[in-house]
Amino acid sequence: MATKASQSAARLMMAPAVVLLLGWMLVPLITTLYFSFADFRPLRGVFEPWIGFDNYERFVSSSSFWDAVTTTLVMVGAILAITVTLGVLLALLLDKPMFGQGVVRILVIAPFFVMPTVSALVWKNMMMDPVNGVLSHVWRFFGATPHDWLVETPLLSIILIVSWQWLPFATLILLTAVQSLDGEQLEAAEMDGAPPLKRFWFIILPHLARAITIVTLIQTIFLLSIFAEIFVTTQGSFGTRTLTYLVYQRVLESQNVGLGSAGGIIAVILANIVAIFLMRIVGKNLDA
Amino acid sequence: MARAASTGAKIGWSALAWAIGLLIFFPILWTILTSFKTEAEAIASPPSLFAFDWTLENYGVVQERSNYVRFLWNSVIIAGGSTLLGIVIAVPAAWAMAFQPTKRTKDILLWMLSTKMLPAVGVLYPIYLICIQLGVLDSKAALVFILMLINLPIIVWMLYTYFREIPGEILEAARMDGASLRSEILYVLTPMAVPGIASTILLNFILAWNEAFWTLNLTAVNAAPLTAFIASYSSPEGLFFAKLSAASTMAIAPILILGWFSQKQLVRGLTFGAVK
Amino acid sequence: MGRITLNNITKSFGDVQVIPPLDLTIEDGEFTVFVGPSGCGKSTLLRLIAGLEDMTSGHMEIDGRDVTDVPPAKRGLAMVFQSYALYPHMSVRKNIAFPMRMAGVDQAEQDAKIEKAAAALNLIDYLDRRPGQLSGGQRQRVAIGRAIVREPAAFLFDEPLSNLDAALRVGMRLEISELHERLETTMIYVTHDQVEAMTMADKIVVLRAGVIEQVGSPLELYREPRNLFVAGFIGSPRMNLIEGPEAAKHGATHIGIRPEHIAVSPDAGEWAGKVGVAEHLGSDTFFHVHVNDFAEPLTVRAPGEVSFRSGDTIHMTPDIARMHRFGRDGLRIA
Repeated sequence: MATKASQSAARLMMAPAVVLLLGWMLVPLITTLYFSFADFRPLRGVFEPWIGFDNYERFVSSSSFWDAVTTTLVMVGAILAITVTLGVLLALLLDKPMFGQGVVRILVIAPFFVMPTVSALVWKNMMMDPVNGVLSHVWRFFGATPHDWLVETPLLSIILIVSWQWLPFATLILLTAVQSLDGEQLEAAEMDGAPPLKRFWFIILPHLARAITIVTLIQTIFLLSIFAEIFVTTQGSFGTRTLTYLVYQRVLESQNVGLGSAGGIIAVILANIVAIFLMRIVGKNLDA
Repeated sequence: MARAASTGAKIGWSALAWAIGLLIFFPILWTILTSFKTEAEAIASPPSLFAFDWTLENYGVVQERSNYVRFLWNSVIIAGGSTLLGIVIAVPAAWAMAFQPTKRTKDILLWMLSTKMLPAVGVLYPIYLICIQLGVLDSKAALVFILMLINLPIIVWMLYTYFREIPGEILEAARMDGASLRSEILYVLTPMAVPGIASTILLNFILAWNEAFWTLNLTAVNAAPLTAFIASYSSPEGLFFAKLSAASTMAIAPILILGWFSQKQLVRGLTFGAVK
Repeated sequence: MGRITLNNITKSFGDVQVIPPLDLTIEDGEFTVFVGPSGCGKSTLLRLIAGLEDMTSGHMEIDGRDVTDVPPAKRGLAMVFQSYALYPHMSVRKNIAFPMRMAGVDQAEQDAKIEKAAAALNLIDYLDRRPGQLSGGQRQRVAIGRAIVREPAAFLFDEPLSNLDAALRVGMRLEISELHERLETTMIYVTHDQVEAMTMADKIVVLRAGVIEQVGSPLELYREPRNLFVAGFIGSPRMNLIEGPEAAKHGATHIGIRPEHIAVSPDAGEWAGKVGVAEHLGSDTFFHVHVNDFAEPLTVRAPGEVSFRSGDTIHMTPDIARMHRFGRDGLRIA
């Protein structure tokens, strides 16, 4: 379907989306890049347009940057480990014959549709509150002293909250992948004498490898910009300040825009490294 | 073909799956239940699951205290407006990419998706500044526009994958049958694409509804949607567990219901077609 | 009326020329079949005629009117697609009505034409169903119905039977032929199946790599294939092609002899060979015979049930009058 008239019409129809996204990408990004080389502190009325790489040097050399990088890596890594591992197990479980499969699926998926501010607050107050939280009641029931989650183990708490939010996503995608596994392959493996654990290891897991990669990449992109969960729980204190939150604090809270912008550019570069891998997989899939 | 499972095994799996499912759902269930308790019952120890006096008073208090309906309205406008605006812009683009592909189509599509990967903090201040300059900070219009841009890649992508499932021969048949481009889109393409467009709207409405970076950072009083409304409960004040629960329930209830309809679209929309 | 003339047309996708300069005239009322292996450009050629693709150069006329730059809908042609391309959200009635609705034909006339087409195609009982509720053959008839009501100058068929099972295919083949006899409208039909081409066509156009190898009636192509390609493509089972000393005896690089033009005998004949596989069809028996000095086994046909078995030695004599000779350039030697 390739006549000249229809092709120029096509170009015209793509124009608005392309122009808008191009603007959305370039204008702020170039501005951020520009600010990142400036000493720009609007609250103090300071604006010096070119100070070279000073902001980058200051941002990278400050201990808070490295703490933030460590926190980010630990947080993202732990959430990925939890969601992918539990996601695989849950996907396999949901694929089993059972009564009320549809309802169970809904129960498992529900957390994904809870807005981030709500899930953080619900966990903070309803679950993890040292006095009234459900977990405290459980601790007391077993005779233990309730644990003050967000004060004593803030990073772990946020990891748990975010894992709870993203487990449904991992499960749903892995379940889709599990269901696309050819049953005859498993029966062939059974005929070949492979016990269940070996079947999981040699047939199921390799089949899921692609889906696991994709879940990992997509979640990494989203997890790198976790914000609301930290905003309403610890406000970045007690070692829960991620790179995203650090940049937010520099830019909007202390209004050191130059320094924050340098951090923003660093965050963009880090996210792009992950994005390249994801895009490559998506691109290959487009050809198929 | 899978063999018919024995009933015993089925009961075993069901019990395990239901236990885990309820465990995962528990925080939501608990919040919903607590929203019907009085504040006193909400902090009772040990707490009771169902045996309490059910009350609706928290809902009234929440509405009175913070005017829930206004936040709800803002959420509806922002999520609905950004989704519909996105659809209007994305339908022609996706149509062009699906039915008039060129050598560059794939690159454009991937580039669009890559803009979705841009971390928001990288562009936070410029956007903030632009909003101040244009006098649209804390306005619904700004958020409609920004959330539209954030979700546009996903909207274009989803529509593209749906459109691609429509055989090109049918559109060619319409062309042979004398349909103009307008009637082709109106009478042939659109009716066939309605299910896909509906799913796209649904998923992106949910994503926009739950967006909590720009809505928190670019609103104050006037345009604040439910995400910001809930964030205002982040500092505890006296006895507030039941009220917090009521507020939370109201914020998530509409979307939980919509979300249950959109499980399948979730996979398609958020994996960019990489998992089928 | 529907006389279609292609003058010097070409088609390139980017740098790749898929149709080198090509001339062809299709007479009014003729049933023309484009046949060739997949990728030979036959579908592209049909789509150029339909106007679904732009010609890179050259021009095209329908009844003397230059339609090179006329959009598909205005060429007065109707097309039946391989996938039928029915509108899934419309009933059969609406599908058939669609081209008339686009042309603004008034409702009474639309209804009359739909009734007539539906009666002719046995679709009366199905008018209110959706395409999804129909069998493959019924869908095919709806697609044809949608084409008929436009009263086109010519019908274009793009491999219309390839999605049907074998039994249905034979039936639809007949129906389309009958339709042609009744309407006497020009039809251009694309297929890769030479049996369809032989049984349906007034005129066959054999294509390879965008080039017309031969144009002629089915029997012309059968009797006098212009070159080795057409010789090998037309006829089922394939013509035996023999090269080497045996061909040289007849003053050719290749000789060709059809399986049905070889006489079989248990004790005497020009060639002797061992029977490999025997295919008993009942009405005929085909033997694959391994002959010393021949690179490939010969296929020979014996009428009826002949009881040679695998491993038997048989003798064969070609009908010299029906032997085809080809020169070094692959062309037929008269």
